[in-house]
Amino acid sequence: MDLLTFFMLAVPLVLFAAVVILHPSPVYSAMSLVVVMSFLALYFFFLDAHMLGWFQIIVYAGSIMVLFLFVIMLLNLQNDPQEHQQPSLRTASRIGGAVLIAELVFLFSRSSSSEKAAAELPEGFGTVVALSEKLFTDFLIPFEITSILLLIAAVGAVVLAKR
Amino acid sequence: MAPISYHLILSGILFTIGVMGVLLRRNTIIIFMAIELMLNAVNLSFVALARHLGSMDGQLIVLFVMAVAAAEAAVGLAIILMVFRNKETINADELKLMRW
Amino acid sequence: MIKLPPVNWLSLLPAIIPAFTGILVLCWDLGMKNEERHRLAWLGILGLAITAVVSFCLLGRNEPAFNGSYTLDSYAMFFNLIFCLAGILTFLMSIQYLHTSDIHAGEYYALILFAIVGMVVMAAATDLVNIFLGLETMSIAVYVLAGIWRQRLQSNEAALKYFLLGAFASGFLLYGIALLYGATGSIQLGKIAMHVNEHGASTILLIGVAMLIVGFGFKVAAAPFHVWTPDVYEGAPTTITAFMAVGVKAAAFAAFARVFLHTLGGIHGQWEGILWVLAVLTMTVGNITALVQNNVKRMLAYSSIAHAGYLLVAMVAGKELGGAALMYYLVAYGLMNLGAFGVIIAVGRRGEPNEEFADFAGLGFRYPLLALAMTVFMLSLTGIPPLVGFVGKFYIFSAAVKAGYLWLAVIGVLNSVISAYYYIRVIVSMYMHEGDKVPEKLSARPALAVAILIAAVGTIWLGVFPSASMALSRLSFLALG
Repeated sequence: MDLLTFFMLAVPLVLFAAVVILHPSPVYSAMSLVVVMSFLALYFFFLDAHMLGWFQIIVYAGSIMVLFLFVIMLLNLQNDPQEHQQPSLRTASRIGGAVLIAELVFLFSRSSSSEKAAAELPEGFGTVVALSEKLFTDFLIPFEITSILLLIAAVGAVVLAKR
Repeated sequence: MAPISYHLILSGILFTIGVMGVLLRRNTIIIFMAIELMLNAVNLSFVALARHLGSMDGQLIVLFVMAVAAAEAAVGLAIILMVFRNKETINADELKLMRW
Repeated sequence: MIKLPPVNWLSLLPAIIPAFTGILVLCWDLGMKNEERHRLAWLGILGLAITAVVSFCLLGRNEPAFNGSYTLDSYAMFFNLIFCLAGILTFLMSIQYLHTSDIHAGEYYALILFAIVGMVVMAAATDLVNIFLGLETMSIAVYVLAGIWRQRLQSNEAALKYFLLGAFASGFLLYGIALLYGATGSIQLGKIAMHVNEHGASTILLIGVAMLIVGFGFKVAAAPFHVWTPDVYEGAPTTITAFMAVGVKAAAFAAFARVFLHTLGGIHGQWEGILWVLAVLTMTVGNITALVQNNVKRMLAYSSIAHAGYLLVAMVAGKELGGAALMYYLVAYGLMNLGAFGVIIAVGRRGEPNEEFADFAGLGFRYPLLALAMTVFMLSLTGIPPLVGFVGKFYIFSAAVKAGYLWLAVIGVLNSVISAYYYIRVIVSMYMHEGDKVPEKLSARPALAVAILIAAVGTIWLGVFPSASMALSRLSFLALG
């Protein structure tokens, strides 16, 4: 990924992420989150994670965000008039966020001076074949645990949401 | 070529925006969306690091994180629905039956 | 064609049995009447008993499995015994509790079993992804369990708070994992340990370690990440509170100690300072706030925060002594805490939880045996010899002194003295106050009595004869290598 592409993706990512947490209306927040996730999918394509890019669109932007929007519509949430926060907490979290970002920028950019060049990519990096080969060999256990996890989620959601 | 530190900084910024969202907002659905934003920021780190290290491990982890996020979304939204039905609100400030 | 790797079934057995039992419970639950649901509990107890026996037989075997991402070692098996103990006692108490509450879901039992699968995976995982997935499996099941009493508003709130803060914390944990992966190029604990021992700690690695501490700190309820604990413990159904206080905490400490004492043991000097501060804060905040509580369940929530502090002291001490003390204390804490929650359940009735201090007044005259059991648990939580709580604290503080953390041990002992006030307050109100809130006739079922009896006998037995279990925890900890 060259620098131009990086900034073309990074700037909208940060902007829309800011809209997610600042916009008073949940629907706008959710829509901006969809945009963030789509940009991330593009980002993944440029980082040689082709399959993950598609998964990002299908799983995140597709199903998870649709679930969010569905619940927002179901609860008929409008702009929240009670959406206010103690001003002290508000400033504190802003200062904290700024400090954290500055710190991260400082730390990562300092440690990057000694960093090695990116490794050579093996053939087929990021393709379905490479992904699935790893999935069913080195990541066999996580794969199996995920099946239990999804079972729990299905059972749990039904238990809680049924009338 | 954008160096790896750029990707990590971007991921750190997105993560911090997510954390601030959790701390600033009172609407639980938006808090939950901010948490999803945090997870996405971490995914970005993983993919960039996988590319940098030339190992597929990072990409595989992202796959599992997506599964976890989907499971969390299902359960979390079910909990939010349940709370809304019983209390008619999902504002975190009004959930004070017990002292925080 | 992908060639599947060799599967080490033996290492998976402790996770497969509860998972399979859980699925059986789900299937059997279909078309079952409400009054028959207690049979599901007995099936669950059977499954957990088999798991415990299997884990016990596997103690002493140490073999890596699945290319080093999972392991079968005594450390994991020892923790499996704790999880099974917590699970079995929770099931025994649930038979009573579900009768007096409005939880009519067979899924309740299945979800506890699935949560135990997650815990087993966390204890045995030697790979950051497995730890994360185990943690999520456990957490998501417990989020649902916290809110499973849907008609009760406190339970609703508890589920929502636990879910939001838990998901928030796992975000931090995941970020820590990402940074560790970036700094060392691997997610396997063995390779990370090699990298750390060779190259020391880079800046990125240290940020990652800090994030991991935040993530685990939330799960073990260490201050300042403990704000969710009192509300969630008070709001959740009492059986689930007991399960969370013991099982979830033990599982979180299992992964926490494996990552920090084993993998990051080479840079012990870099993180001990943070954990030192956390330990002191956690003990002090937990104990001081517990002093002013009027609700026994909420008091026990703060007490569980304080106990997380003692366990952190053991983590800071580290090495063989600290690690063994940590594992021994988790057993001790599990027994006495489960017992105390059992007594709370016994005193409660349908529609009257009877959880205030005042509700315990006069218990000593009406139900001498129940009050005696509660006295044993409270004295043990305080750390009075010869009960197990005393022995556990003794091991922890002596490990801290031997590792050169004299002040930490002193602060810990002072905290134990403070804690005596609120534990003994329960005993005082049971024996010295007249009260009529305790019902004439308790509806306690035999299963609950058995659970309290097991916990009480264990609390006394392990306190009087600590050497065998201490030797076992020491051997298990050494298996970490």
